[in-house]
Amino acid sequence: MSEEILKLSCRELQRKIAKGEIKSSEAVSAVFTRIEKHDAQIGAFLSTFKQDALARAKEIDGKIAKGQSVGALAGVPIAVKDNMCTAFGATTCASKILENFHSPYNATVIDKLLAADAVIIGKTNLDEFAMGSSTENSGLKKTVNPWDKSRVPGGSSGGSAAAVAAQMCFAALGSDTGGSIRQPASLCGVAGLKPTYGRVSRYGLVAFGSSLDQIGPLTKDAADCALMLNVIAGHDEKDSTSVDEKTAPKCDYLAKIDEPVKGLKIAVVPELFQGADGEVVAAVKGAIELYKKSGAEIIEIKMPHFEYSVAAYYIIATAEASSNLARYDGVHYGYRTKKAGDYIEVYTKSRAEAFGPEVKRRIMIGTYALSSGYYDAYYLKALKVRNLIRSDFIAAFQKADCIMMPISPTTAFKIGEKMADPLQMYLLDVYTLAVNLAGVPGMSVPCGFDKNNLPIGLQIIGSTFQEEKLLRIAKMFENQTDFHKKKPQL
Amino acid sequence: MTNVDYKIIVGLEIHVQMAVRTKMFCGCELAFAAEPNSKVCPVCLGLPGALPVMNKKAVEFAILTATALGCKIAEFTKWDRKSYYYPDLPKNYQISQYDLPIGSNGFIEIPTKAGAKKIRIRRVHLEEDAGKNIHTAGPFSQVDLNRAGTPLMEIVTEPDLNSAEEVKMLAEELQRIVRFLGVSEADMQKGHMRFEPNVNLHIKKGGGEHKTPITEVKNLNSFKALEKSVAFEAQRQLDNFLESGEVMQSGNKKTFGWDDIKEVTVLQREKEEAHDYRYFPDPDLVPVVADKKWLKEINSKLCELPLKMQGRFVSGYGLSDYDAGVLTADKATAEFFDSSVKAGGDAKRVCNLITQKGLKIANEKNCKVSELGISPQRLAQLAKLADAGQISATSAVIIFEKMTESEDEPDKIAEKLNLIQKSDAGELEKIVDEVIAANAQAVEDAKSGDKKSKKAYGFLMGQVMQKSKGTANPQVVAKILAAKLKI
Repeated sequence: MSEEILKLSCRELQRKIAKGEIKSSEAVSAVFTRIEKHDAQIGAFLSTFKQDALARAKEIDGKIAKGQSVGALAGVPIAVKDNMCTAFGATTCASKILENFHSPYNATVIDKLLAADAVIIGKTNLDEFAMGSSTENSGLKKTVNPWDKSRVPGGSSGGSAAAVAAQMCFAALGSDTGGSIRQPASLCGVAGLKPTYGRVSRYGLVAFGSSLDQIGPLTKDAADCALMLNVIAGHDEKDSTSVDEKTAPKCDYLAKIDEPVKGLKIAVVPELFQGADGEVVAAVKGAIELYKKSGAEIIEIKMPHFEYSVAAYYIIATAEASSNLARYDGVHYGYRTKKAGDYIEVYTKSRAEAFGPEVKRRIMIGTYALSSGYYDAYYLKALKVRNLIRSDFIAAFQKADCIMMPISPTTAFKIGEKMADPLQMYLLDVYTLAVNLAGVPGMSVPCGFDKNNLPIGLQIIGSTFQEEKLLRIAKMFENQTDFHKKKPQL
Repeated sequence: MTNVDYKIIVGLEIHVQMAVRTKMFCGCELAFAAEPNSKVCPVCLGLPGALPVMNKKAVEFAILTATALGCKIAEFTKWDRKSYYYPDLPKNYQISQYDLPIGSNGFIEIPTKAGAKKIRIRRVHLEEDAGKNIHTAGPFSQVDLNRAGTPLMEIVTEPDLNSAEEVKMLAEELQRIVRFLGVSEADMQKGHMRFEPNVNLHIKKGGGEHKTPITEVKNLNSFKALEKSVAFEAQRQLDNFLESGEVMQSGNKKTFGWDDIKEVTVLQREKEEAHDYRYFPDPDLVPVVADKKWLKEINSKLCELPLKMQGRFVSGYGLSDYDAGVLTADKATAEFFDSSVKAGGDAKRVCNLITQKGLKIANEKNCKVSELGISPQRLAQLAKLADAGQISATSAVIIFEKMTESEDEPDKIAEKLNLIQKSDAGELEKIVDEVIAANAQAVEDAKSGDKKSKKAYGFLMGQVMQKSKGTANPQVVAKILAAKLKI
């Protein structure tokens, strides 16, 4: 029974729980049985809330037994990336500097999940402060890829992707600053959506690159992404950058998920396929071919500024990060050195002792980029490039409904393989960063496996606030394939 | 002092706390002297994940002030992060405005002895205040973040001030302006206004002009400290120049504090550190676009500025500059006065009633003169009674006080209190005759024309007033008495 429950989608599980066919407590128990059996190896979770989750599940079961109405995620076990503040448990960002930090408040997305009667079962591992592409930069834990435990799950939402892939939860929240939802989703063979910047409130998401960060779901399929987006999207008066309902009203993303997009036009950028592994290219091209066979029109376009996205991103993201992370100083909360002689040393030693090497590297890059005398040459220029990249996307969406390309140039790589060369690691983000710079929504959908049986993801990029269409396009592919149904043998 | 020709040059930075209910970027209440760290939330504590949301009212107040100061208002402005590490700054950056302040290129007029002088305003911008470090708990310092996030308006003048007195005048004038506009309580005791003068001297010596190194005096929170510190700095710089010949050059700007007890400036930083604040636009906040409709709405709250009003009271109503100054120290008082005069009251009479009695009662009741329950129309009526000689000046003051307790018209009150003056010559003549008959010696003295006469005359006047129970019109009595005594 337990194993059968785990195979269900969020939609199916919610429906069965709401009807009383399955108890939420059974689903939660099934998930914890799974976690207790496998997470010692996978390492997806930084913390779990078994007792609280079971108590909450019973509460929801009670509501249902009494015939009370329940929310869109009633009783569904959900995992949350540990850079979203929860008023329960710790919020660590996988950093020693926040290892014992307990937030007094819930992020808006957490409140929304709870309001939809979801059961939050635990918080997942990530690259420290979401800085990385393999989750190897976690200051607290190692996470492996459920498809091959010698390989990385991708990052930075590696814990969330691994937890969904290993069926240790039914869906998870991740955050995506430069690909951190889509890339681990791709490497772990699950669906991942980065919504348009402003679609989901960032209040309570520990900031990395504020103008790029966006929360989104990692799920078993596109329709579950739609369900999750239904719950978490919407204007939040606590986040000035969240879009107001007038400009871009949220809609029911599930309502028409099964309706194919008529006269679908797909843009591809041929040059962009050159940098990826052969098997990745073949799978992505195969996916595009399948759309074509179903009647979609494929349009070849150029995106002349796309290649500058790595350079622009690593200036803008690090500049914002250098400022966002200034608050972790050992004075007010979080880790404090025991060796300080004066207050300056509280800063310098606390930060030196508790930040990991990648975080330090990015703080230094960002500080340099914002320094007087360098600002114009780096930060200001990066902003200009960002505008050009944005205009590339605007031009593309005048011709097509979406753009398709790979997510990652390779499938999951070996743990430790790329840690020695940070630049090599940055270049892995070549396909994902532009989407954040432009603020548009992007998805990862499983579209094949390489010779090592490692998942490959198709990236579908939509126009600003057109998540509804994006999800329908993804669903069209899932309707004709079963890559998303394959599960790793743990 | 040796006879040296020099000019004091001062530019002033002023921080004004806005009279809004909540902090600049969160919903925490502004509270003075509250329990430490009791008025805080995730946003002003700078907790992970918290995001700022702009206080629109504070922005409107800053725009209103900048407009009143004749500034150009930025149609597009934004928020910038100013980075520096200090324990009272929870995010280790301050949200401020860097290259696009709300207002720029304005001016403020100050009432110098030589007439109004225009001091140019370089910029007006908004920012959040820091918390407070407290060093009273033994080996450790403590941080109180109640103040963190308080909306501050920073006003920066050009170096157009040329004496300590002018600096103080500007500060006082600004206090009056922000109070008139209602954008700040400008309560010095509560630190609502803080000053940072930048001072140096231009000294003529040996056929050339020499500029002394600029010093900035930090964090002054009284007019007295402001004036004294500038005067002290000017003297210190002059002495220092005469002794060492040190002149301004790149990097020798110094920062001083002010010792309120010893009344001296105290060196804080020898060399202006090459501070790199790494300003950049705050990605958590959206830019502020000031469209015409919004500006119109804000500007509907503009009013006549105090100095202009003061001038009008002098030139239009013939008040002394001092009286006009007292009346225009507060907008409600000034407007109450103005309305009373417009309702027909004699300006000097109304002014006297307000300044001699009204302000005192208002102060006791802790309210404004305009809130005492006397309408400008009733005050005008009272003034008219006095001017017509129906009541004495003394009675007018008594009636004024009664009017705060009663809704009766002033003449009714005067009647009730039997304060209507008798001006009927026949009736008064009878009393005068009685007094003359009963006081032969005094009459003689009064007529004598020597030293005693004045005193005796006063005595006879007093007797008449007493007999009439204070209701006789003294002017009429004086006339009759003078005629009878033939003096």
